[in-house]
Amino acid sequence: MSSVGIVSYGTYIPKFRIKAEEIAKVWGEDADSIKSGLGVLQKSVPDLDEDTATISVEASREAIKRAKIDPKKIGAIFVGSESHPYAVKPTATIVGDAIGCGNFFHAADYEFACKAGTAGIQTCIAMVKSGMIEYGLAIGADTSQSAPGDPLEYSASAGGTAFIIGKSPIAEVEATLSFTSDTPDFWRREGQPYPSHGGRFTGTPAYFRHVYTAGEKIMRENGYKPEDFDYAVFHQPNGKFPVRVARMLGFRSEQIEQGLVVRKVGNTYSGSSVLGFSAILDVAKPGDKILLVSFGSGAGSDAFIFDITDRIEEFEREPKVWDKINRGVEVDYSVYLKLRRKIKMK
Amino acid sequence: MIAVEKVAIIGVGQSEFGELWDKGFREIVLKAGIEAIEDAGLEGKEIEAMYIGNMSGGRYLAQEHISALIADYSGLAELGTPSTRIEGADASGGLALRQAYLAVASGIHDIVIAAGAEKVTDVASEMTTDIMASSADREWEGFVGATIPALFALMAKLHFERYGTTSEDLAMVSVKNHKNGVLNPKAQFRREIRVEDVLNSPLVAEPLHLLDCAPLSDGASAVILANEKIAREYTDNPVFIRACTQASDYLAVQNRRDITTMESVRKASSLAYRMAKISPEDVDVVEIHDSFTIAEIMAYEDLGFVEKGKGAELIREGITELTGPLPVNPSGGLKACGHAIGATGIRQAVEITLQLRGMAGKRQVDCETGLSLNIGGTGATAVVTVYGVR
Repeated sequence: MSSVGIVSYGTYIPKFRIKAEEIAKVWGEDADSIKSGLGVLQKSVPDLDEDTATISVEASREAIKRAKIDPKKIGAIFVGSESHPYAVKPTATIVGDAIGCGNFFHAADYEFACKAGTAGIQTCIAMVKSGMIEYGLAIGADTSQSAPGDPLEYSASAGGTAFIIGKSPIAEVEATLSFTSDTPDFWRREGQPYPSHGGRFTGTPAYFRHVYTAGEKIMRENGYKPEDFDYAVFHQPNGKFPVRVARMLGFRSEQIEQGLVVRKVGNTYSGSSVLGFSAILDVAKPGDKILLVSFGSGAGSDAFIFDITDRIEEFEREPKVWDKINRGVEVDYSVYLKLRRKIKMK
Repeated sequence: MIAVEKVAIIGVGQSEFGELWDKGFREIVLKAGIEAIEDAGLEGKEIEAMYIGNMSGGRYLAQEHISALIADYSGLAELGTPSTRIEGADASGGLALRQAYLAVASGIHDIVIAAGAEKVTDVASEMTTDIMASSADREWEGFVGATIPALFALMAKLHFERYGTTSEDLAMVSVKNHKNGVLNPKAQFRREIRVEDVLNSPLVAEPLHLLDCAPLSDGASAVILANEKIAREYTDNPVFIRACTQASDYLAVQNRRDITTMESVRKASSLAYRMAKISPEDVDVVEIHDSFTIAEIMAYEDLGFVEKGKGAELIREGITELTGPLPVNPSGGLKACGHAIGATGIRQAVEITLQLRGMAGKRQVDCETGLSLNIGGTGATAVVTVYGVR
């Protein structure tokens, strides 16, 4: 059986940016201590008419264009997000219609805080391997919510990544596993506009336990050490956690730097670890080995080992993720409030 | 005030202090209790009464009737052992120690256990701040926005203005306590910090920085008290409680004669010195309630170690360092050990007991007489305990 993995990927980052200084100024906070404490310098901000559906469509269109495949061959679409525009009515059907993949496709929306995107990748891998579908489209996208004045406001951003899973990949999935537990570190109940979080509880018992355990186990089970990997990328709720967990697992900073996008784009939630992973795919060479570990509050981590194949050399990879991140347009806090619909009109 | 019986500590126990996310309240209390019972070489059925210091089980855990809970889970409910929960904000542990002491000193009980426990990490930090603010006057302080750090900040500001104490002096208290905490295997923070780390940490309430403030932690501690006759049967190195006194001050800081003085500490300590027939110069080792660094400086003065206004000199001159003539907070204090609110007063007794037994490991100081100060809130309650090897 030929190998299964990522045959194409596409990303989308809204063009607006707001800097930590601008938010800190409004709330009387010290921007330098926020930046050094959180490790986030700025974040992306979606336009008024952008949401998880539009971001998913943009990322998917780029992935399909690069894949040079007929969208009708896509047999399944999963959209992972915690900001689906509708509580009831799927985002995946909007995406399917927009990309023109016909009507005979499997579709579902996923929600698992920040790891719903990688959950979709796993499902697509299983469906392709089983022969149910030829190609699957797995999307992680969010326009994440944060209450004004909440520390989350410095990091909660918007963006998304779409992966086409199939045979003859540019990045073969060598292994994947998940580590899951009932851990209430971050949540948003039905009808609430903004999420709640357990403060410091989101650290050791949530992020670090899950990411570390999943990362350590997938390396051990497959007989790898940190030095066997060319790149590693972890979920990026801020600039500190992924750096610390990388160190805990034994990775060097050179292995994670390329995928550490959070400092300049913020936490794109379901798009976070996969956006960093996409930035790595932008520069990866045949034979490279990549570790990806996502994290979703509530809580769980999906770990993957990818091997880059020769096909990546022919693959269209422009524009690159870092170019998209760096060409943002800065807005001030009042425009940010307008764009995020936080100004009460009447 | 003459004790009928001499009272000794014959067993000590302490859970780890910190963010114990995966441990429940009853679990950490049992750990401390069992450790104390094993240390004393007792059986649970020999314990005649239990006293438990706990500030706010009702709000942290939505669990009142902590006394019955502990009696039940320690297996003493079946024996009908009386159990009493005692509350005096973060002096709850000290008050439990005092009640246990009185019970033995009076001759009513022969062997009792005094414990303290708090589980704070089950609620969000905003709730924690509000719960702690309830140890000040809710109507006159809390409702107008004064939290505990804000009230200590007021005391610090006036102390700065009147006596020339500085932010660097306060930082040195934190630096000292962290340095000692490195040597204490049960301390929450076992790392050294520098004065500039304190001064560069975020302001909580000017002039108090984050690293001037003790962390609120989960934890439990326990001591077993017995009269002298029984103590000699169980141990060769009993640590005697030579005085355990308590005093009150106005609850709201605004009503105090001088906000840079904790009258409760002055009154409780002068009575304790009288009962123990010692003077402050006789004290060899001290555990002070450094919930905020300014509280330790003020306590130097109010405990009579130095005259009012000169507290900072003790830290500047290294007097209260581990190697100085008057080591204060060899354990690391609340700052490095963690402040498990209701457990703190008992944890201090555990530390002084280990010191007087000569079993404090790398932080051992040369001592025969020890003192602990546990205060509630901003000092409206103070408990002073004097310990001796004789």
